[in-house]
Amino acid sequence: MARIVSLADAVAELIHDGDSVALEGFTHLIPMAAGQEIIRQRRRDLTLIRMTPDIVYDRMIGAGCAGKLIFSWGGNPGVGSLHRFRDAVENGWPVPLEVEEHSHAGMANRYIAGASGLPFAVLRGYTGTDLPGVTSTIATVTCPFTGEELTAVPAVNPDVTVIHAQRADRKGNVQLWGLLGVQKEAVLAAKRSLVTVEEIVDELTPVPGAITLPGWAVTLVAEAPNGAHPSYAQGYTERDNDYYAQWDGISRDREAFGDWLAEVTA
Amino acid sequence: MSYTKDEMMSVAAARVLTDDTRCFVGIGLPSTAANLARNTHAPDLVLIYESGALGAKPDRLPASIGDGILGETADAVVGVGEVFNYWLQPGRIDVGFLGAAQLDRHGRINTTVVGDYAHPKVRLPGAGGAPEIASSCKQTFVVLRHTPRALVDRVDFVTSHGKGPALVITDLGELRPVDGELTLTAIHPGVTVEEVRAATGWELRVAEDLVETEAPTEAELTALRELKARS
Repeated sequence: MARIVSLADAVAELIHDGDSVALEGFTHLIPMAAGQEIIRQRRRDLTLIRMTPDIVYDRMIGAGCAGKLIFSWGGNPGVGSLHRFRDAVENGWPVPLEVEEHSHAGMANRYIAGASGLPFAVLRGYTGTDLPGVTSTIATVTCPFTGEELTAVPAVNPDVTVIHAQRADRKGNVQLWGLLGVQKEAVLAAKRSLVTVEEIVDELTPVPGAITLPGWAVTLVAEAPNGAHPSYAQGYTERDNDYYAQWDGISRDREAFGDWLAEVTA
Repeated sequence: MSYTKDEMMSVAAARVLTDDTRCFVGIGLPSTAANLARNTHAPDLVLIYESGALGAKPDRLPASIGDGILGETADAVVGVGEVFNYWLQPGRIDVGFLGAAQLDRHGRINTTVVGDYAHPKVRLPGAGGAPEIASSCKQTFVVLRHTPRALVDRVDFVTSHGKGPALVITDLGELRPVDGELTLTAIHPGVTVEEVRAATGWELRVAEDLVETEAPTEAELTALRELKARS
């Protein structure tokens, strides 16, 4: 049964310097509040894993939390670049960032293998691309039944996965709905997990299309209302598209970002 | 009715999507064209977004790939792993509709870096869903604005290729592969071949049977402008 704690206590207990950490949520249900708390607690040298780094990792990279990024699409959705990510890759600021990049299909399959307790996943992927030449975690495998050559990617098993969901009950059973991303796989692939939720309720009533993560498959649950902002939680909050556009200005300039960071860590 | 180059591009791109086609849609220009098609001549066009929305029917343009309206209007919402493994990989989708930062004469797409991979001049977002969309859909179409920086002789990095695009729609015309090389096969009204050549980063070949695109109709322009006004 998952324990219910505060967000600050959850981050302090679960996430340590040097850990591999996946904060998942495919544009919807991004655990932004947890990302801010990791910045506030000044974690360093994290390996950040996430399909779409989005603002949540742009901030953490700019704050110097990350030594490595494993990802598949690093833009500001609907806006343009992630400038802190670019500054780290192009100029090594504030610290050099090692990157390991995949396609979405490759990353999703890495989580699926991790959740399945398998060492690797098989897919038809990366055909004719330069990615296998720069990413050592893309290989080929021959099908033992047909002889077909297929792509193999290793399982990803984060030390900690953090996701945001609509709600949990008092036993830590978690309910989420809407665009589901890879959150279930990311939690099941991880050694430890934290779920932040919009609210904790007495009873989880059925919602069309919702999935439930049993409390015994989750380590900690923390209440974080509006904890996905500027991403959103369907049924609770709307995506703040204006903030995504504003982030372009905040993140483009090291000084403006520094002001933002000072406010967060004050 | 007068119109912009961008409007011509979106209308031309929408026209190539026929009714009952299953289309895997990239965000941005492809999404605009696909939603215009669904709002005009192809109401039964099936739109699939990598965020897990199968058969999305938004009444405005989604602001991002994870816009809530995609899931709320979809026939089904599935996880991202399922989109790629169950729906895309086995060949259930007819057309992959992609954008590109760079596209070369052989139809290879770059959305990864400008310059050297280890020391990039510009770090672009990366692959996303495109490598597998380009290789697993029956056909790929690409839509992008026509500039010498976008249409290059050779991409700096091959992010996606697959079978290569069957059709490229730009704001100046349309290109199709002829003997493995993208060739100008249609030109938009009011654009000259010289202009297209000047905006292309290689010695662009022109098809002998070059045709002129039909100008956008009033109905197409109205539908496009209403769609944008709602977004």
